[in-house]
Amino acid sequence: MTDTSSTSIVTVALLVALNLLMLSLLIGLVRAWIGPKIEDRYSAILLLGTGGVAILFILAILLPLAALYDVALVLALLAIVGTVALTRSEKSDD
Amino acid sequence: MIEIIALLAIFCGLFFFLSGSIGLLRLPDIFSRLHALAKADNVGLALVTLGIIMLEPDLFNDIKLVIIWLLVMAASAISSHLVARHALRENRDND
Amino acid sequence: MIDLLWSIFDISLVLLVLFLAWATCSTQDMMRAVTLFIALGLILAIIWARLKAPDLALAEAVIGAGISGALLLSAIKDYPSTTTEMPSRRSSLVEWIINGMTLGLVIIMSWAVWHGLYMSDGVRLSEQVMSHLPVSGVSNPVTAVLLNFRAYDTLLELAVVLTAVLTVLNLNHKRADVSAASALLLGMTRWLVPLLVVTSGYLLWVGAHAPGGAFQAGAMLAAAMILLQLSNPSSLQGFNLSVLRSLLVIGIFVFVLVGIWMMSLNQDFLAFNPAWAGSLILIIEFAATLSIATALTLAYLGGRPMGWESANPADSATKPNGKPS
Repeated sequence: MTDTSSTSIVTVALLVALNLLMLSLLIGLVRAWIGPKIEDRYSAILLLGTGGVAILFILAILLPLAALYDVALVLALLAIVGTVALTRSEKSDD
Repeated sequence: MIEIIALLAIFCGLFFFLSGSIGLLRLPDIFSRLHALAKADNVGLALVTLGIIMLEPDLFNDIKLVIIWLLVMAASAISSHLVARHALRENRDND
Repeated sequence: MIDLLWSIFDISLVLLVLFLAWATCSTQDMMRAVTLFIALGLILAIIWARLKAPDLALAEAVIGAGISGALLLSAIKDYPSTTTEMPSRRSSLVEWIINGMTLGLVIIMSWAVWHGLYMSDGVRLSEQVMSHLPVSGVSNPVTAVLLNFRAYDTLLELAVVLTAVLTVLNLNHKRADVSAASALLLGMTRWLVPLLVVTSGYLLWVGAHAPGGAFQAGAMLAAAMILLQLSNPSSLQGFNLSVLRSLLVIGIFVFVLVGIWMMSLNQDFLAFNPAWAGSLILIIEFAATLSIATALTLAYLGGRPMGWESANPADSATKPNGKPS
């Protein structure tokens, strides 16, 4: 009995954490809407990437689905490629 | 017992995530916003990863989690640096 | 309580994706549209993860958020911020017609999904796939469907990708060169590009028994090549035109070759022997990964590879663009 109740407490807590993460992403997306320059908007994308990694971690425990760790790995790697694509130009050295 | 610690770590990490996104919204300048973002990325995700590692039974997945955490740290550091220099250059060009 | 929390999560995801889709299409500011599109890709990846479809989540993360993101960001970054307004719109009658048809399509598809899920007792394809999985040569049902049961569709998809990249190359719009990279960027590239290549190989290999596969691996490899091109272009000088041509077509070539070989043995194009199916699938996926990576990289770079001569004398008016060296 204690086993199932402890499991359900963990499940409820993880679900609350999931919803709070979605809230944090929504707040970040407001910056993507407003942010006057492209760098502000892109920093919202970076937050979405890291928050997405956290959401994927929690979903991997909750569903459970271990393959989501690979999706998180891919998100982390592609965040760098996106930044380099944005910031490289002919005028600078970085 | 270990689940309590894991959940505690996750919720502490969540606090940093929320404060990072609120900082992203409310701070005045791109540089301070990147600073807030770095807190969410580094500390927030570190604590969440710690909690998830404690909850995840498979050792191979735990190693994968540590690798992902290191990569996100590197991605956060590199991205913040590149975006900040890009913003600095744009400011200098426009002024 | 648990169901309520799941519902809150699901409903917020649905509302968010609908809002992002509408906002991406309707906003006038190009930078905002590009950013919201990338965010849409990320949220879609999370939705696929929530629906327990990790292959789709992988593909969406790599291609939708990664490659498309890099492509759009490179396109938008040099837009002068004073002219981010979109050009004047079409006539309102055309807009009404398009909106009406789109709405009708959405209604029909929603009704179809609801009907299929709740009303009909039709055949569920997943049971058929799982029952035939042991003879397919792989243990991941998505890979079995893509590369064995419906291999012909995947072959045609590779042909579509090739056609698309040929179109992009013929437009001959070359991306501006980048200046020499700083030490930080070079130092980062030195470990990041091999890591991306290894991850691409991992995705290719693991596709046989876990979510992964040729498209995800190819897009990952393309991301590695794009990163290399952006930071250290001289390292890509070995890829002259003949190499690029071979890489572009090798996926389709190997696919068709295996199909014809199987036709000579089994009387059917692309009918794999169960004993060889695993190895054949891996060989085809390897070639497909190379082709997809080359296609996506060339589509990102634009322009024409060095040595692309045109037989049309009118083309010599444009100055020859080569891959930046």
